[in-house]
Amino acid sequence: MKIFLNGMQTQVDHTELEAVLVQLGYQDVTIATAINGDFVPLSQRKHTQINEGDKLEVLAPMQGG
Amino acid sequence: MLDVYGEKFSNRLLLGSAQYPSPAILSESIKQSQSQIVTVSLRRESGGDLAGQAFWQIIQDLKLKVLPNTAGCYTVKEAVTTAHMAREVFNTDWVKLEVIGEEDTLQPNVFELVEAARILVEDGFKVFPYTTDDLIVAEKLLQAGCEVLMPWGAPIGSGRGLNNPYALKTMRSHFPDTPLIVDAGIGVPSHASQAMEMGFDAVLLNTAVAGAGDPVAMAKAFNLAIEAGLLAFEADPIDARDMAEPSTPMMGKAFLS
Repeated sequence: MKIFLNGMQTQVDHTELEAVLVQLGYQDVTIATAINGDFVPLSQRKHTQINEGDKLEVLAPMQGG
Repeated sequence: MLDVYGEKFSNRLLLGSAQYPSPAILSESIKQSQSQIVTVSLRRESGGDLAGQAFWQIIQDLKLKVLPNTAGCYTVKEAVTTAHMAREVFNTDWVKLEVIGEEDTLQPNVFELVEAARILVEDGFKVFPYTTDDLIVAEKLLQAGCEVLMPWGAPIGSGRGLNNPYALKTMRSHFPDTPLIVDAGIGVPSHASQAMEMGFDAVLLNTAVAGAGDPVAMAKAFNLAIEAGLLAFEADPIDARDMAEPSTPMMGKAFLS
C-alpha cells in the first residue's frame, strides 16, 4: 500500500500505525505523528489504522527560535 | 525573578536554538547566555538519519526549560495540532504560539492567534503568544487565558530592535501586572537592554546570537545587557529633558570675569 510519508510517496506493508513506524525506521525514537492533519497520540498508535493514500507526518525535535 | 505560569527564573533571556554554526557552538552559546529557557521546534524526521534525535539529546543535556514553538503555522488548525505534537515530544504544556499572517513580515495573524490560544488554554496548555503591540489583541489573549504576552520588537530575524517604543511603553503601562516578554526583531544587546529599561520582564531572541560572527561572545553580551537593563529599570531612570541642566552645582561658583 502506498502512503505519503512527510510528503513523499512511500510503500508500507502494514495498516497499523505502530507497525508502519517500525517498518519506516522509527523505533525507540522521540517523534510525534499526525495522519491527514490530525494528531495521533503515542497511546493511540497501536489502535490507529492507516489507509491507502493517507498523509502521515512524523515530526521530531528540531532547532527553533 | 521572572515569574511565568507559577515558575520562577533568575535569568531574563529566553534564547532560540536555531541557526547556530554547529551543535557545539549552540551548546556553548546557551551556556554563556545563562538562559534558563530555550525555544525549540518540530520538523519532519527521516527514518534514515533521525537528525532530530541528536539535537534533542544536546538540549536535554543542558537540563533547561524548553519552550516549543509553532513556527511556520498559518492557521488555527496547524498551530493547535503542532502544539499537541510538541506537548507529547517535549513533555511540556508550555507552547510559544505563533500563527503567522504573511511571509514578508512574518507578522502574527492576531485573529487566528486569539482563537488558537483559546483552544489551547482549554486543552490545558500554558500559552506564550507571539503577538503584536496591539492592546486590544492583548486584552483578547488575556481573556482567552494567556498569562503572559510576547509582543514583537520588530519582524522576526530583522534585527531592527524596538520598532515602536511608544507602543511597547503603552503596553507596559496598560498591563502592569502581566509578564511581558519582547520577542523577535532584536539585533544587538542595546536593543534588549532598552526593552528591559522600559520595564519588560524578559527578552526572547535567536538570530541576533546565532547569526553573530561569534555567537558565544554575543550570547554573553546579551546576558550582560539584559541584566544591566533590568538593574537600570529598578534604579528608576531620570526623565529626558529638552534643554541642558547643569550637573555641577552653581552655588559657590567664583566670579572670575
